Amino acid sequence: MLLAVLLPFIIAIFIPLLSKWKNKLHTGFFVTAVPVVIFIYFIRFIGPGFEPVQREYSWIPSLDMNILFYLDGLSLLFVLLISGIGSLVAFYSIYYLHKSEQLGHFYVYFLLFMGSMLGVVLSDNVFVLYTFWEFTSLSSFLLIGFWNHREGSRYGALKSMLITVFGGLSLLGGLVYMSVITGTASIQEMMSQQELILNHEFFPLILGLVLLGAFTKSAQFPFHIWLPDAMEAPTPVSAYLHSATMVKAGIFLVARFFPMLSVSEWFFIIVSTVGIFTLCWGSYMAVRQTDLKAILAFSTISQLGMIMAMLGFGTELAIFAAAFHILNHATFKGSLFMVAGIVDHETGSRDIRRLGGLMTFLPITATLALVASFSMAGAPLPIFNGFYSKEMFFEAVYNLDGSVAGITALLQSLFPYLAVFGSIFTFVYSMYFFFGTFRGKSNVEELPKKPHEAPIGMLVSPMILVVGVIVIGLIPDLINKPFVEHAASAIGGAEIAKDIYFWHGISPAFIMSMTVVVFGTILFLVRPKWASIYNVVPGVLSLNKFYDGLVDRTERYSTFITNGYMNGSLGRYVRLILAAILIVTFGVMAFTGGFTVDTSNLSDVTVHELLIAVVMVIAAFGTIVSKNRIAAILILGVVGYGLAMLFVVYRAPDLALTQLIVETVTVGLFLLVFYHLPKLEKTNESSMTKSLNIIISVAFGLLMTMVAISSHSSKMFESMSSYFVDNSYKLGGGDNIVNVILVDFRGLDTLFEIAVLGIAAMAIFSLIRLRGKKKEE
Amino acid sequence: MEGSISFTKTLIDISATIAIIGVSLSVMILLYRAIKGPTNADRAVALDVIGVNIMALAGVIAILLVSTQFNDVILLIGILLFIGTIALAKFLEKGVIIERDMD
Repeated sequence: MLLAVLLPFIIAIFIPLLSKWKNKLHTGFFVTAVPVVIFIYFIRFIGPGFEPVQREYSWIPSLDMNILFYLDGLSLLFVLLISGIGSLVAFYSIYYLHKSEQLGHFYVYFLLFMGSMLGVVLSDNVFVLYTFWEFTSLSSFLLIGFWNHREGSRYGALKSMLITVFGGLSLLGGLVYMSVITGTASIQEMMSQQELILNHEFFPLILGLVLLGAFTKSAQFPFHIWLPDAMEAPTPVSAYLHSATMVKAGIFLVARFFPMLSVSEWFFIIVSTVGIFTLCWGSYMAVRQTDLKAILAFSTISQLGMIMAMLGFGTELAIFAAAFHILNHATFKGSLFMVAGIVDHETGSRDIRRLGGLMTFLPITATLALVASFSMAGAPLPIFNGFYSKEMFFEAVYNLDGSVAGITALLQSLFPYLAVFGSIFTFVYSMYFFFGTFRGKSNVEELPKKPHEAPIGMLVSPMILVVGVIVIGLIPDLINKPFVEHAASAIGGAEIAKDIYFWHGISPAFIMSMTVVVFGTILFLVRPKWASIYNVVPGVLSLNKFYDGLVDRTERYSTFITNGYMNGSLGRYVRLILAAILIVTFGVMAFTGGFTVDTSNLSDVTVHELLIAVVMVIAAFGTIVSKNRIAAILILGVVGYGLAMLFVVYRAPDLALTQLIVETVTVGLFLLVFYHLPKLEKTNESSMTKSLNIIISVAFGLLMTMVAISSHSSKMFESMSSYFVDNSYKLGGGDNIVNVILVDFRGLDTLFEIAVLGIAAMAIFSLIRLRGKKKEE
Repeated sequence: MEGSISFTKTLIDISATIAIIGVSLSVMILLYRAIKGPTNADRAVALDVIGVNIMALAGVIAILLVSTQFNDVILLIGILLFIGTIALAKFLEKGVIIERDMD
């Protein structure tokens, strides 16, 4: 099984080599073989006696991250969708993409996506699941932006990336919580300890995070906005990712965690409400679109909402219908996308207002579109598989468990109406899609290309899917027992078996279906009369505007904040640093009671110390107020000499010597560079900044004084200097304790201070020298 | 004998303290000149004389502390003052301290 998942990745490595011969043989032929092989590998598992298969491969055992594959009914449904539709889409793309395109790039991304998607649905380890999950986001980003010279592609790719990665990260949060609580990273083992998670105080958080991940990936309201913009991708990509596979990853996630999460009432409330609302909103908005792919995008959103809602209902019938509809939706939506691609390819336009009357030019395509769109609408004929799942949906929504109270009961009584409402609009846009494109007045002359039937290679894939629609419609038992039943049982965590019938008798579900057909037909026929309602709802309100505003504002405000403090002024940075030190140090000292004053251990003040201190203070103030550079540096020299005198008073001859020399050299250096500096000018700082500077410097000085006093007042233990006094001659062989410490006891410090001086010297040398060189050039 | 030693000690202490105060007063007056100016040459001379005073101060303090360790300091101040004043004078006169080779 590992090989089946890794095969696309391995082949992707060789694609750049293979695509060198693309002029002789389209790269797509090599690629098509990959999903076909995987499909054949997995189709063996289909059958009535299917048992889950588990495989484990080591990855990072110490972190409990092992590649753990678990193939149950649900995974099997998805792997067959991924590899089956993947084969068809790969084959379709051979005829769709011309050899002049960058085929190498396209198929690398495509295989990357397929492999990651297989990984998502097969992973049992949550971390591996998340890894593949982000791989799908990444490869989807690359595929949407395939024609990266277009502004729209880049915009759509970025949007889908931001939204799905946002969801992916919250999913990671939820998964980490779950694995920490249960102590295992395997989903199956988590299921067996679901009580632990359900009773944990973080359960609402986990539910929210996981559902956020699922809703963003599966384009549920209000995160659906990335999907219509992802239609900038090449049509095979739209057909594959944005109808059949990736957008169902969120559905898969909800279905995978269904046995664990669905116990909570909130699961029902959130998932079914969001699902139903997405169903209504998506189908309502789809009627408004003029681009064929945009119609299909909103239709995908609404169908995904329907599946999500069924998972939310959580009854056996609803789960079965959800599993069934996942399959059905993939068949008819995949073929519809391919039809849209053919229309685009053969006429040069996807705008439904410019199309029309194409039935005579594209008879085969029109037939395919007819079957697929009527199946999508749920038209009651036994050849459309969409009808079966829609009927089950109605039955499920009608038969919701009524024994609950409160908000759940209210929702349950509301859902049937919403379901019918959404389905009516589904019917309208399906009819609109078919009749708007293929029937009506034809204005062939105005189209960019003269339309003619597509090449047979392009028609094969949608044809296979449409045949699938009809076969499932005619003989649903063919896939029921061996396939859908396993998937439904895997979702529900218990044996679920339903019979699929075309005719139930006059049941409430049937009446609902008829209502949909009748009202849908009426609404479709009088569509121009009520189309202006879109100016009222949504009117000027738009989630896209909100998203654009959000992105735009985030950028603007972050720029504003950054510019607010990073204005390039060193003075401001120093102020900020000092203020931060001030606040933190003062805060810590104040809260921990660090300020102490202890006068018990002070020595007497002598007259000469006092005099030197007074001289130094006067000189320091003189430096600050001095208007003249040279005066300032000379007076600063007085401070330095005063310090040397203090060293003398405190019996530190070595320090005094060094201090004197350093002070003199510094004054000399200042004088050296002053020659090149402009005259000291009055700074044009405002009085506000000036007073702020004074406040900060005074406060900082006071703080440091307090810290110094406190540290003197709180001696915790004896100093170790007596050791040096005792051992300087004995161990070091010298009377001068300072020098013995410098070169003997603590010689390493001295070594590196020498290094510092050396580096400084070399740096000065190179600064002066390199500057000269640059000038010569 | 004991009495005369302690008398000498007290005498030295008192006279050293008086000397320190006197020298410090002189430093302060010089500091006034260094801060006030009015020209940089005035400041340079003030700084030079402050240095001389500090030499004296170091000597007196060494007497007060009964130590010979600070004789180096006094000599060093003398050398540095000389060099520093020369450098300052050159700077004030020519604007540079180290001239470039003319050839």
